[in-house]
Amino acid sequence: MNAKKVVIIGNGMVGHRFCEKLSKKQPNFELVVFGEEPIPAYDRVHLTDYLGKKTLDDLFLAKNKWYEENNIELHLHDPILQINTAEKCVISQNGIQTPYDYLVFATGSAPFAPVIPGLDKEGVFLYRTIEDLDRIKAYAATARKGAVIGGGLLGLEAAKALVDLGIQETAVVEFAPRLMPRQIDDMASSILQNKLQALGLTCFLQKSTTQILGDQQITGLAFADDTQLESDILIISAGIKPRDELAKAAGLTLGPRGGILVDEHMRTSDPAIFAIGECALYNDMIYGLVAPGYEMASVAATTISGEQQRFTGFDMSTKLKLMGVDVASFGDPFITEPHARTILLEDKNKGIYKRLNISPDGTRLLGGILVGEAASYNMLLQTVTNNMPLPEHPETLLLGEQSESKPAGAGLEALPDTALICSCEGITKAQICDAVTQQGCEHADDVKKCTKAGSGCGGCVPMVKDLVAYTLKKQGKYIRNTICEHFNFSRQELFDLIKIHELRTYDSVLDDLGTGHGCEVCKPLVSSLLASLWNEMILSKGNDVAQDSNDRFLANIQRGGTYSVVPRIPGGEITPEKLIVIGEVAQKYGLYTKITGGQRIDLFGAYLNDLPLIWEELIAAGFESGHAYGKALRTVKSCVGSTWCRFGLHDSVSFAIQIEERYRGIRSPHKLKSAVSGCIRECAEAQSKDFGIIATEKGWNLYVCGNGGSKPQHAQLLASDIDSATCLRYLDRFLMFYIHTADPLTRTATWLNKMEGGIEYLRNVVVEDSLDMAATWEKEMDALVAAYQCEWKVAVSDPEIRKRFVHFVNAPAEKDETVKFEVMRGQKKAADWNAPVTP
Amino acid sequence: METLSITSWKLACRVEDTIENGGICLKLADQQVALFYFKRRNEWYATQNECPHKRQMILSRGMIGSLGDQPKIACPFHKKTFALDTGECLSGDECAIKTYPVKVENGCVYIALQN
Repeated sequence: MNAKKVVIIGNGMVGHRFCEKLSKKQPNFELVVFGEEPIPAYDRVHLTDYLGKKTLDDLFLAKNKWYEENNIELHLHDPILQINTAEKCVISQNGIQTPYDYLVFATGSAPFAPVIPGLDKEGVFLYRTIEDLDRIKAYAATARKGAVIGGGLLGLEAAKALVDLGIQETAVVEFAPRLMPRQIDDMASSILQNKLQALGLTCFLQKSTTQILGDQQITGLAFADDTQLESDILIISAGIKPRDELAKAAGLTLGPRGGILVDEHMRTSDPAIFAIGECALYNDMIYGLVAPGYEMASVAATTISGEQQRFTGFDMSTKLKLMGVDVASFGDPFITEPHARTILLEDKNKGIYKRLNISPDGTRLLGGILVGEAASYNMLLQTVTNNMPLPEHPETLLLGEQSESKPAGAGLEALPDTALICSCEGITKAQICDAVTQQGCEHADDVKKCTKAGSGCGGCVPMVKDLVAYTLKKQGKYIRNTICEHFNFSRQELFDLIKIHELRTYDSVLDDLGTGHGCEVCKPLVSSLLASLWNEMILSKGNDVAQDSNDRFLANIQRGGTYSVVPRIPGGEITPEKLIVIGEVAQKYGLYTKITGGQRIDLFGAYLNDLPLIWEELIAAGFESGHAYGKALRTVKSCVGSTWCRFGLHDSVSFAIQIEERYRGIRSPHKLKSAVSGCIRECAEAQSKDFGIIATEKGWNLYVCGNGGSKPQHAQLLASDIDSATCLRYLDRFLMFYIHTADPLTRTATWLNKMEGGIEYLRNVVVEDSLDMAATWEKEMDALVAAYQCEWKVAVSDPEIRKRFVHFVNAPAEKDETVKFEVMRGQKKAADWNAPVTP
Repeated sequence: METLSITSWKLACRVEDTIENGGICLKLADQQVALFYFKRRNEWYATQNECPHKRQMILSRGMIGSLGDQPKIACPFHKKTFALDTGECLSGDECAIKTYPVKVENGCVYIALQN
């Protein structure tokens, strides 16, 4: 059966959204789009930004070849001129004749221009398209004074655009007695007016423009009250009128004041024709915002694909920032006695106005207005839309940011899971929280990528941020931080269970404690726990396939799929003979060499099947694995200390080597870095490490939980002036406590930050043994240390493990020919990533 | 159906060359093919070895697992995941990967490259 053909007239935001929605539906449809503008769909909501920091590229809604890749035929600069509804066929300006099974009007709206003599003078513009903006931009360069007819939402945006373009004196002329008459009341308007005035924008209300003055070019406006206003440029933004002329010509039913009449499925009077967005009239209303337009696009796409969805009207709440002034209006902003009681706050000093309309019984919020300060907008809107009960003293809601004494997030807690947070994309609270808990999103940006929440008008972004923070906090506090869909346990719980059940392979852990077939989250986690518990060779017993990329091949995977090799150089001390071996191996296998931050040497660019050969040579020269690939101890950096340095107090190199050799290979929740400094000058930078030791006159000071990386944090003093043996004992306990209790992939710094009681508590546990665990942990650590073996030594000598180090199983000697290198400063480097295959 | 199976099955390797619950890479007709033996589910899957995200020949070294009931492979580079049965990308907007039919007979694994 041939795919049904859907023709879309209009390639604006709503038309584009319709294409996105329908192209994901089954069965497949053949989509053809005709757009009047010469460029594909762009973000009209943020049009004003085009005059600021954004370029046209930032505003495009789809990636370059999106239409092509989705097999959608896109005709730009080619409006439809004629529709034959009897034969179901459209004809475009370029003469393209296209039959359709379904036709969708997404023609949007045009600015409404009142009939004023002189509209045709140079310097008079509309405000709707990129082309309009380009013309305004060009003309504004010579203008000093500007005016906008229309004090509504769009008019104020346009006025802001003029101010942004550097026009010193800009005026807004509004026919109604207040600004934004559809959103705010008189008192709010007066506060807003004062604020705008202070920012260089004068507002004239109740002004009816009778004539545009000037010869060829505009020089000013004349009003019905016989006053005049000088102006070199004028933007008309007095409302919108639906683009229904084509629908009218096709004989579709229109509303009495225009707009294509649609039912709750967005169907027009012709059952094969739909209308969505600002051209559609539903329930006597034209919806001039993008969110309801998107909803209509979704409803029409669903209906055409044969499923059920209804449009039932849409909340017209809105929040915007006008030249830095917050203005918001939600629910029913104007409702009055006897249907509602109002609570007002008017602060002329700070320029803040807030109005809450509550139900006569005082239990529910019905709507309101915020000017000057609108941080609580999202929460108030949610309170209205979810019909949530008000607090006993609803006036406290007006104080907004001052009510910090309340536990943060109390309002979010009360919000039902079904609460719609992002109305543009239809994303609920539960979906956002899931993105945080299930998919590891930690920032609003991650959530945006993951769920699309906040990618439309952006109004919900503050609330998304709050929800992310709230959800993360909740996770940190009540850790039922389960691992993934396969294990309903926290890391700590699983650690104990594996120990109690004495499980030694990933598969047995999954069989006994989990469900399903595992994933890339639980496999490395369980593998790490098994290693922390038993310290067996990580690639044995079939556990190799449950190891993370780097652990799996005991090396660090790099661009192109080659690996880097880091032999252990304890304390950073190395003999010239060993240095020569490293150089020879690097030469022989063509490796790039670099000194690491941890006083070691990294050899890059090794092919998978060269790894065992490289290691055979390194092992023969006395090297062992450096575990640079593992969540394990990396390196213990040192300064030369008393062996050479005139300031050195103790032998920091020897102690560093002792520590590195004690804890090498032990798997932990995240990597561990350490350092030992021979005096307070701290050349080894021990205070930036997970555990760092600094020599004092009387012994060593032990610092823990420091961190470099993206969030540097100084380590904190755990114990001072202790001897070497005590220091190692404390370290045993500290490390075992961390290994037992930290969340997956949590560095010691974060672990401590989350610990209730902080460093004091940690000191009690480690030094004072408040948990009575010290003896157990020291014994466990001794067992781990005793079980240590160099993984690479095992890997090269065990044929079963060694045979996995090939690229082609059926051609083991061959190397992957797709690996490419480039030359830089006399060494090789990995070729850049290949360009992705775009979907 | 019969003709198709005669013309396109290629002997890939022996069962003992494969790795239980993991992947191997094969060179077949100058293509790199990743073969996965999902022993826990008693299933075999073959896909292209290239991850479409950064176009690296690497998927055979990834971890397999399940999402709900769907078998999947995670790329070792950036943990993009793909359905082993349909090839569809399960994490984000990457291109789907090619999948190939696999059959096992008398200890030999066969892959049909042209499907």
